Amino acid sequence: MKERILQLTGIQAFLAPWISVIKGEEVQKNVQALLKSYIYPLLSILLFIGIWHAGATYLFSKEATAKIEKARAERGDAGALEMQNCIISGDVSCQPNTLPSPAKVWDAYLSLLADHKIISAKKDAFDLKVAKTNEKRIAKGQDPITYTGRPSFVDQIKTSLKTVFAGFLLAAFIAIPIGIVIGLSTTLRTSFNWLIQILKPVSPVVWLLLVFMIVKTVMSDSDMDKSFMISFISVGLCSMWATLVNTSMGVSTVDKDFVNVAKVLKLSIGQNIFKVVLPSSLPMIFTGLRITLSVAWMVLIAIELLAQSPGLGSFVWEEFQNGASDSNAKIIVAMFVIGMIGFMLDRIMMVVQKMMSFNK
Amino acid sequence: MAYLELKNVSKAYGTGKDRVEVLKDINLTIEEGEFVAIVGFTGSGKTTLINLINGLEFPDEGEVLLQGKPITGPGPDRGVVFQNYSLLPWLTVAQNIKLAIDEVYPSASKNEKKEMIEKYVGMVHLSHAIDKLPSELSGGMRQRVSVARALAMNPKMLLMDEPLSALDALTRGTLQEEIVNIWGEDRKTCLLITNDVDEGIVMADRIIPLNPGPEATLGPNFKVDLARPRVIAEINKNDTYKHLRNEILEYLIAVGASRSSQKTTQYELPDLKPVMPGRIKWGLRKKKEKLEYF
Repeated sequence: MKERILQLTGIQAFLAPWISVIKGEEVQKNVQALLKSYIYPLLSILLFIGIWHAGATYLFSKEATAKIEKARAERGDAGALEMQNCIISGDVSCQPNTLPSPAKVWDAYLSLLADHKIISAKKDAFDLKVAKTNEKRIAKGQDPITYTGRPSFVDQIKTSLKTVFAGFLLAAFIAIPIGIVIGLSTTLRTSFNWLIQILKPVSPVVWLLLVFMIVKTVMSDSDMDKSFMISFISVGLCSMWATLVNTSMGVSTVDKDFVNVAKVLKLSIGQNIFKVVLPSSLPMIFTGLRITLSVAWMVLIAIELLAQSPGLGSFVWEEFQNGASDSNAKIIVAMFVIGMIGFMLDRIMMVVQKMMSFNK
Repeated sequence: MAYLELKNVSKAYGTGKDRVEVLKDINLTIEEGEFVAIVGFTGSGKTTLINLINGLEFPDEGEVLLQGKPITGPGPDRGVVFQNYSLLPWLTVAQNIKLAIDEVYPSASKNEKKEMIEKYVGMVHLSHAIDKLPSELSGGMRQRVSVARALAMNPKMLLMDEPLSALDALTRGTLQEEIVNIWGEDRKTCLLITNDVDEGIVMADRIIPLNPGPEATLGPNFKVDLARPRVIAEINKNDTYKHLRNEILEYLIAVGASRSSQKTTQYELPDLKPVMPGRIKWGLRKKKEKLEYF
């Protein structure tokens, strides 16, 4: 099992050259493989960072020159000199606001981590302080006091993951059953095809507004977390179409041999669905789910941004509104974190998908 | 009364210009307990013929009667062995056979079903592989499972659609014997479709050639009067066997020749130019790979 997972994730193929080189098997061939799978990707990363650094430096100097020239126009040469010194000294008040360099982004990343440590320490201290009070409140049947301070970057990631999984599960629970029913009947498929085709390309923003209209009314007097509800329902609705279409496609295109077997054996409808149709369409359903998860993650950021629900999306938006000296760098950090988490989710789904596909 | 009767059966696919008459005026009677082989070229409509009998398709004209009643669909009275095994790849051997048993004996207890599965798996000598998946079996073993599944429905008639054509000659020989032995136990009515004349002679009581389609018709009957059990190594020297084999082959070749002389289709060869692989390589030229034998 462990070996199979290693193999499916591609970790085995990734580590194989190292192991062989250490063992001394076919050294030349494996060194070449190492070069190919490690050194070249590493070089491409360095190239990327190099171009980024050069670009950021150019933009920085352009913005700085503009600032100095503006100061010269307003206050003469003395003002220009003062501005120049101010920029060189690194004072927060006069830094040019432009694309941050890789070094600044790294600093921002470190400061976000430090910030997380401070906040979680505060949180722990708070929890310790209110532990006794909370016990009393629970005994009395009241809600415990919770920490309501500013969430750290890591907290935002956790919230985003929670939302995306809730949305993904919602999408799976809606799309798979409907997909099976629609796939089984040509009548249903043709009658609902227009609806699916029209709703599929609708933008996440519109879905959000639609869900907002409905949830606002339905939950007008509930004290559940409305922004979370809105964002995860919209994520689910945006992303479920891939699974719906793939499921109905998989169910409707079962191999003709299997259909004939089912007919000749006179299988009942239940047996037919669970023993023949579903197993043979599982690979397609999981392909659909993989697309759904990646769409859900992509859409989530935009929806969080709009719905004001906590998470990475609102983090990005708040940083942009904030306009502090390291805001831009923090946005770029968030960008990379979003990308890496998306990559990881896709990998996980790929493993599940491969495990589900049977070989004939 | 004949067990199975086909009266003036015709079947066509497509409409309008694309309409192809696959079978035309097929007349066939099979008595109970008889083993009939239908021999024909590929593409002559053999599978269509068997689909008409197993109820997956229906004739355009004429009727297919089973014990005097027209066929309305597939039923447990006819077990089918498909050409490409058609086992469900996600179910084990036992589960594949259980599928058939569940449908025919829905009220049997768990143990009874288990016993039946073991009986049929044993019948095709696969007891050691009962919990394996089809992908872990060889072609011959898969076809055995397919035979066991057909038998598990306890059908009155066994329909086999080129069951052994995908197998190698040796496996084919042993499976032929096994199928005939199983058939010999309770003499079910059997219809074998094949493209191999020898296979027909070894297994069947009666051989009927199917003239190649479109508009395929059945040829004359050839009775096989060889004593059972027929072992291929022995009957190879038998004069009746040689005579019968030549007779059928000559008939098939004659029919095939007359058909192909009627054909006027001309095949246009595509105007292709070979694309030579060419790639610009930078830097040092790679050493040419040399074949070294010593």
